[in-house]
Amino acid sequence: MTAYTATVTVRLKRGVLDPEAETTQQALERLGFELSDLRSADRFEVDLDAADADEAAARADEMAERLLANPTIHDYDVAVAER
Amino acid sequence: MGAVTVAVVQFGGSNCDRDAVRALDHLDVDAERVWHEDGLPDDPDGIVLPGGFSYGDYLRAGAMAARDPVMAEVRAAAEAGVPVIGICNGAQIGSESGLTPGAFTTNASARFQCEPVHLRVERADTPWTAAYDEGDVIEVPIAHGEGRFEISEDAHADLVADDRVLFRYCDADGNVTDTANPNGSTDNVAGVLGERETVAVLMPHPERATLPDLGRSTDGAGILEAFA
Repeated sequence: MTAYTATVTVRLKRGVLDPEAETTQQALERLGFELSDLRSADRFEVDLDAADADEAAARADEMAERLLANPTIHDYDVAVAER
Repeated sequence: MGAVTVAVVQFGGSNCDRDAVRALDHLDVDAERVWHEDGLPDDPDGIVLPGGFSYGDYLRAGAMAARDPVMAEVRAAAEAGVPVIGICNGAQIGSESGLTPGAFTTNASARFQCEPVHLRVERADTPWTAAYDEGDVIEVPIAHGEGRFEISEDAHADLVADDRVLFRYCDADGNVTDTANPNGSTDNVAGVLGERETVAVLMPHPERATLPDLGRSTDGAGILEAFA
């Protein structure tokens, strides 16, 4: 078994309204920053032991499917690194 | 013949469970609160998933409660034809657990909104709306920060084709307009049916528009009369 950290990034699908990101963008603009757009995402770092990186990724993928992301509004990706 | 017993499922952070029981009592429906860890009683005559902030809305509103073991029992009961309604946080739990299509997410305003709204009854031939006529306009309050109905284009087309939109946000005259849409919901959807007409979720609070002594509308009583 090897120790891995699986990083799951969950973001809204393109085209799904993100009022929190819009509010954050407006606040940045009020501070004088110039930006064309802002998107937010949630990142989960999952420490786990697995036989290999593929198994670690598969388990993190199932975590995203079953809880971390809502397929109606979210896309997600998984990246695995040895810890 | 026992009395009708409706289980109002109480999760950690539910806060409209007592309101639901009181409103049902007023309608002479025997209802009791059921702590989620205790599981459903045998053969409930109905199930309410009440409003609140279960598990602090962590991750997404309703996400944690939807994965609670009691929800497997609720899904099984729903599939067996037991009437199930999810109200506000209960609607979020219902959609997160796959009882109904779509998702309820952050209001377009990015604010918590607590206000009376008008709803147009889109189906009058369901247990939840038998008290109304199609096209009736009822006044019921909302109180949510994550009530914007989102659904994929394909799933929305199916929802409309299958006539599973139960309520839409409208103005006092029943016009479904953008200005009458409090939270940016797709197609002004405020409530939908599950695969069975005995399963429904809605963001507005019928239990807060049932008791006459609360002083405003009692238009929501007709929805809860499904259990009577």
